Amino acid sequence: MNAVLSARNLRKSYGDQVVVDGLNLSIQRGECFGLLGPNGAGKTTTLRLLLGLITPDAGELSLLDHNVPHQARAARLRVGVVPQIDNLDPDFTVAENLQVYGRYFGISDADIEARLPELLEFANLTHKRDAKVPTLSGGMKRRLTLARALVNDPEVIFLDEPTTGLDPQARHLIWQRLRELTARGKTLLLTTHFMDEAERLCHRLAVMDNGRIISTGSPRELIAQNIEPQVVEVFGEHAAAWAQNHAARHAQRFEVSGESVFCYVDNAQPLLLELQLHPELRFLHRPANLEDVFLKLTGREMRE
Amino acid sequence: MNSRDFAFPQFSRRFIPIWRRNFMVWKKMAGSVILGNLADPVIYMLGMGYGMGGMLPEIDGMSYMAFLSAGIVCYSTMNSASFEALYSTFARMYEQRTWDAILNTPITLDDVVFSEVVWAASKSLLSGLAVLLVIWLLGLSHSPLALWIIPLALLVGLCFASMGLIVTALAPGYDFFMYYFTLVITPMVLLCGVFFPVTQLPPLWQNVSSVLPLTHAIDLARPLLSGLIPAHFIFHIAVLSGYALIGFYVALVLFRRRLSQ
Repeated sequence: MNAVLSARNLRKSYGDQVVVDGLNLSIQRGECFGLLGPNGAGKTTTLRLLLGLITPDAGELSLLDHNVPHQARAARLRVGVVPQIDNLDPDFTVAENLQVYGRYFGISDADIEARLPELLEFANLTHKRDAKVPTLSGGMKRRLTLARALVNDPEVIFLDEPTTGLDPQARHLIWQRLRELTARGKTLLLTTHFMDEAERLCHRLAVMDNGRIISTGSPRELIAQNIEPQVVEVFGEHAAAWAQNHAARHAQRFEVSGESVFCYVDNAQPLLLELQLHPELRFLHRPANLEDVFLKLTGREMRE
Repeated sequence: MNSRDFAFPQFSRRFIPIWRRNFMVWKKMAGSVILGNLADPVIYMLGMGYGMGGMLPEIDGMSYMAFLSAGIVCYSTMNSASFEALYSTFARMYEQRTWDAILNTPITLDDVVFSEVVWAASKSLLSGLAVLLVIWLLGLSHSPLALWIIPLALLVGLCFASMGLIVTALAPGYDFFMYYFTLVITPMVLLCGVFFPVTQLPPLWQNVSSVLPLTHAIDLARPLLSGLIPAHFIFHIAVLSGYALIGFYVALVLFRRRLSQ
């Protein structure tokens, strides 16, 4: 398989602060690749480096067989971008936004006009064709931004937190559209800190923290490699005291977070029997998920 | 500071779609803009021209209103370019994030900054045309040489757009622009011969005036409207072009620096 995008030993600092610290990445054609990380992990900076918008201090980068940043212009001709913060043109209608954006790629007005119905339908915005942007809901704006990213029929689409701030209905519609794009053979690179989003959409993931990739693999691989398969969450005001005295005997690993105790185990039976003896505690037994991996790898403390 | 920030500007024709985008936005409110372009000079010329002109003898062999009209052409074109390059450019760069959207396409920052200069100058051109129309309607100029005001308006626009973009590249917010208007634009209006001849100023201030771009614009506009070929016109054009070129380069370097953060 040929890599659509590859980065080798990418570095970027601002002053004393190292934002991207020796990043290696390779994304195959047709893949939906997720870049996970807490706020400030360097995800957005990485995307900006990959697009050639900023110049790395060191490292090699190629996007669609073009050297970036030197040939970034040629690479960006075949890339679509959904930015984290909406930057639609507020003075224009839905259709005008697509038309004006198409011109930036050198597409003729006639060609854009011909593509408009398909783009509007994909974004579920056919009925909003002549509506001005400020009258659209948050979900509609995101869908228009997604349609705008497709105006040049790109091979690779970058999505920076595509569903942040959306309600569940709007998120599900975006997810459905993103799956359609992968089904059509598009390569997707998305950043997110929603683990359910990453688990549903991505073929492969990289967990990023402090400018480095700390783990890569499919969602299942990440769980299998990094964490025990079963989780028992114990909560209630006595949970922390119970954990101090008993948790270590029944769980390979446990973490206390406020009034919740997270116990990670290969076999939950002994722990569940133990919990029968403590009716004051409530608990939830579930398989380990990506969020557990994420919290294990990047820690529970707040990033601010 | 990075050496790449100082690279020679890379121009391409990709600035044209950005110009067309701005034109599309402009068309949606063209009525109010054109009205402003026409009404402002009329109010100045009639108000000041009749009010002051009634008390004044001829200046340099022309009526006060004719004298003033040359100042107003340059003042209006300067203002159009300055407002566009400060407030509107800042909105596109910072508030609406229009630049961010554009930079994700094959367009580069050099194209974007160039489009801003050309667009602001286009608005100056329009404003210059409006004043010229008022001048003709009021019968203040009868020479075909007055048609040279049209390219002059474009040059003045390029000059002040470039200078304004330097301020925009440094601005943390809209309030910052007040410094530029209060400390640069307003003094320039009073020092450069818009309302009265520069020769009325004390010698020190005449020297200051002689290096300001608006002075050179007015030194070109005033004879042209009276049907004379301006003295030292190559020199004046060179000064205005110099401000435009150096201003553009400095603004571009500052924008490269700002947007690489």
